[in-house]
Amino acid sequence: MSTRLATGGRLIDRSKPVRFQFNDTWLSGFEGDTLASALLANDKVMVGRSFKYHRPRGIVASGAEEPNALVNLGKGARHEPNQRATTTELFDGLYATSQNHWPSLEFDIGAINAKLARFLPAGFYYKMFIHPRPFWKHIYEPFIRQSAGLGRAPDPETRDPDTYEHFYAYVDVLVVGGGVAGLQAAKAAAKSGARVLLIEQTAHWGGRAAVDGGMVDGQPARDWIAATVKTLEGMENVTLRTRCMGAGVYDHGYVLGYERLNDHQPQADGPRHRLWRIRTKQIITATGAIERPISFAGNDLPGVMLASAVRDYVVNYGVAPGERTVVVTNNDDGYRTAIALKAAGLAVPAVIDPRVHAIDPPLVAQAKAAGIEVLMGRAVAKAKGGRRVTGIVVTAHSGEGAALREIACDCVAMSGGWSPVVHLWSHCGGKLTWDAHHAFFRPDPAKAPTGADGAPFVHVAGSANGYLFLKDVLQDAENAGRVSVGLERDPAPDANSEHAAPIHPVWMMPAKAGDDLRAKAWLDYQNDVKVSDVQLAAREGFESVEHTKRYTTLGMATDQGKLSNINGLAILSDALGEDIPQVGTTTFRPPYTPISMGAIAGQARDEIFQPIRKTPVHAWHEENGAVWEPVGQWRRPYCFPRKGESKHQAVRREVRATRNGVGLLDASTLGKIVVKGSDAGRFLDMLYTNLMSTLPVGKCRYGLMCTENGFLTDDGVVARLDEDTFLCHTTTGGADRIHAHMEEWLQTEWWDWKVYTANLTEQYAQIAVVGPKARVLLERLGGMDVSKEALPFMQWADGTLGSIPARVFRISFSGELSYEVAVPAGRGREFWDLCLHVGADLGITPYGTEALHVMRAEKGFIMIGDETDGTVIPQDLGLNWAISKKKADYIGKRAQERSHMTSADRWQLVGLETLDGSVLPDGAYAVADGRNANGQRNTQGRVTSTYYSPTLDKGIAMGLVHNGPARMGEVVVFLKEDGETKVKARIVNPVFYDPKGEKQDV
Amino acid sequence: MLTLQCPHCGVHAEETELTGGGEAHLKRFGPGSDDDAFEGYLFLRENPKGVHFERWRHSYGCGKWFHAARCTVTMEVFGTYTAQTSKPPQDLLDRISEKRPGWRWRDLNEPA
Repeated sequence: MSTRLATGGRLIDRSKPVRFQFNDTWLSGFEGDTLASALLANDKVMVGRSFKYHRPRGIVASGAEEPNALVNLGKGARHEPNQRATTTELFDGLYATSQNHWPSLEFDIGAINAKLARFLPAGFYYKMFIHPRPFWKHIYEPFIRQSAGLGRAPDPETRDPDTYEHFYAYVDVLVVGGGVAGLQAAKAAAKSGARVLLIEQTAHWGGRAAVDGGMVDGQPARDWIAATVKTLEGMENVTLRTRCMGAGVYDHGYVLGYERLNDHQPQADGPRHRLWRIRTKQIITATGAIERPISFAGNDLPGVMLASAVRDYVVNYGVAPGERTVVVTNNDDGYRTAIALKAAGLAVPAVIDPRVHAIDPPLVAQAKAAGIEVLMGRAVAKAKGGRRVTGIVVTAHSGEGAALREIACDCVAMSGGWSPVVHLWSHCGGKLTWDAHHAFFRPDPAKAPTGADGAPFVHVAGSANGYLFLKDVLQDAENAGRVSVGLERDPAPDANSEHAAPIHPVWMMPAKAGDDLRAKAWLDYQNDVKVSDVQLAAREGFESVEHTKRYTTLGMATDQGKLSNINGLAILSDALGEDIPQVGTTTFRPPYTPISMGAIAGQARDEIFQPIRKTPVHAWHEENGAVWEPVGQWRRPYCFPRKGESKHQAVRREVRATRNGVGLLDASTLGKIVVKGSDAGRFLDMLYTNLMSTLPVGKCRYGLMCTENGFLTDDGVVARLDEDTFLCHTTTGGADRIHAHMEEWLQTEWWDWKVYTANLTEQYAQIAVVGPKARVLLERLGGMDVSKEALPFMQWADGTLGSIPARVFRISFSGELSYEVAVPAGRGREFWDLCLHVGADLGITPYGTEALHVMRAEKGFIMIGDETDGTVIPQDLGLNWAISKKKADYIGKRAQERSHMTSADRWQLVGLETLDGSVLPDGAYAVADGRNANGQRNTQGRVTSTYYSPTLDKGIAMGLVHNGPARMGEVVVFLKEDGETKVKARIVNPVFYDPKGEKQDV
Repeated sequence: MLTLQCPHCGVHAEETELTGGGEAHLKRFGPGSDDDAFEGYLFLRENPKGVHFERWRHSYGCGKWFHAARCTVTMEVFGTYTAQTSKPPQDLLDRISEKRPGWRWRDLNEPA
């Protein structure tokens, strides 16, 4: 069993017990424990089940690389799946449950999959579920969805109660990793006066050296670590952060750091996570190395762990993962675990080492001197057990697995060597080189990620750079620190130098393991990928490591293959008969370990997720029950329902009141761009499809704007203010886009033209006074002549209305007598209130965007975004009258001459009237004879705008229909949302109301 | 995430402040041009592995368009310059030649 030792544990405080729950059982740990160490202290070795076969899974590692010990953490709104027990610091009241089993961790129905393993090989899903095709939707997909996934997502209705924030930092040198290499590199860089930020993902400084010991500068490593941290803390130019992971490195020295402020103290105030957005000139990755498992049969049984993790639990937490631990290692470092266990009074029946040494290296000799049996040239044939390892079978490493002897044990500590953590180096293009002597990939200093100046901006220090011994690590870190600030290299503090025998790469154990053993030798614990799966993929022709990864799912789990990748690609290269460097690695992508969605969102949630733009009249709308419609970042009133009124009824009332009396619309969101200069007319002639340079001062003209692709992008009324000045109205959503469009052409194509633009949208409140009684209302306000003679249709005038300075445009988007009145933004609300007051007895009625839409549709006016979708040219919409024939050029003209654009086969704008008077569904398609290549019905048109018209008391619609204008009177069939119900509609003129335009021109 | 120095206001702007505008130095073909020329102008773009000339706008800064010469492989920025030119400045071309002997981009290449 695994248990808490009577003494030891450098990180725990035995005077402070902590109570927590695992699978609804109360357990006890100490302050300083991780959830993993506390579970092991309570003999909870098996903590979950695997993804595919539901095999029992135990804790394997002690840090971020853990593939198995994923738990659901927290309850209710704080529930979070897939949290690693090894990086979860214990706190009082912690609540965790295990994942991926039903009904319970101990008895799981899904474990039947393990019995079926021979029928569930790599690529099973791809092979199995292809045919018959119709089975996919109703049988295969529901089944796969049911069985897929680890953990359980939070209830979609819950809101995360915690807060998160972003933090910006600008430094000279960022050091990622607070082991001895990171500390030394930070110190070396900081001595130059550079601003240094040092971040460490765990809560503790010192990394492995704090566990494995050694002497630095004549003092024990732990004392040196404490002294160095103190030195750095005392330096003004150095910032240190624990619990802060370097998540990703991006171009030009941009780095994301992920700081977990309150995960270990959930009751504390302040944000839970902080995302550091760091710009740094230089980066030093001192990210250490990760130990590799060894692929032998049964290596996934609970109790089989990384050797380094076993000694971490003993030294850091005073926890013995087992009473009898067999160590299996292909390198000297694994012997440290045997020695540490023996020193803690635990049994180590044997160390199994496939190597054979002529002379024992120091650690081997030390183990032997401690009375540990060392079996050289031997291997583990298989580990035995069910929910816990119970023993191993020893075999000759060179053979096929014949049993030589069995050793009973409840823990196996394995070390297949170390792999430098090269993720951050690789994120931004750093390349790797295969180090055959150490059997690992290390950063290739000749192919570093480069910055804006073309020089490397990422440096590596310590074991992340492939240096595994204290003296070398410190020297490498000193060099990296000095190089990062442009200094020459300098000697590092002295440390004890070690001698070790070379590693013997072991990718499969024993070397000639047969099929039965390979099918039980796990590479990826979380995704259940075995040696046999990768070999199968190679036989089936998956030669690229990237393809093999996706086919077998090797390394695609939440741990992203931190333990499995190197072993997997070694197996692949062996199966392909190629060298490891030729096969290469898969791509390392950020983040290093998963980061919370909350941290990514930061404070951008709820009302500040996106700022809301408000017109000067916004408050009135709010006070008067407006139903809001988002238009870009604006909120516009959709309608103003009165008490007991539905939205539909409100819209109907607003339309009728406007058509029969006077309505009031807040049109302030319309874009207002001033274009000024001696070439302004010439410029607008290029921008709009029609002629603007001929527009007389004082007049207005409707204009269309296209992209260079020929497609209609915006429309609006242009007013000429004086000889050199035009005011261009744009759609509400188009103001910023069109302003940018103008600037792009002015700055990059016609930069010698004398034109300036300014977006004045928010400088004016613009209020439309609309309806037959509009003139009466304005005359009551007084101040300027608004008669037909003084201010005819499509003209504008400056003046005052009710003593408010106003620019009044006689333009109409409703077909009624209409004045659009622009007043200074600061006086917009005053003008609005004044109109309501003066027009009360006229029945003045504020209306919203829906009434506006209905009235423009009744008039057959197009709306950008309804009648247009980026594939529609003005000619499709019957707008030829607004396209100049005289102009040699305008933006989009050449594109509109392309053969497809001039084809008679295009869909063109028509009006549509259902035979039964009903309202056509928006976006409905008109069907045509026959079916297309996909078996879908052919179409011949679609609805672009559709409304109930209160004025005509029937459904009206506009649509694009194949060759529509030539088919007036013809009846076409549309389909409703169910794709079956037919609605017949007649093709008619799109102008339903006042086709001669008499009402607007009075 | 790139940082580019805006040649107009001098700010070293982060990519989030900028808007990419695609390939630089396109020659506009309008009415009267043949289909091939127009297709080339409207649709066909360089996709180099190496030296590239691009348009950027300092959208959330001074609002000005500018050009940048950049290596798409190493992210090295050779320089930024005004958008109000049809050809990169000679000193920039020389600098690129120094760093990338034998480079080529459209009809631009290492000066003989």
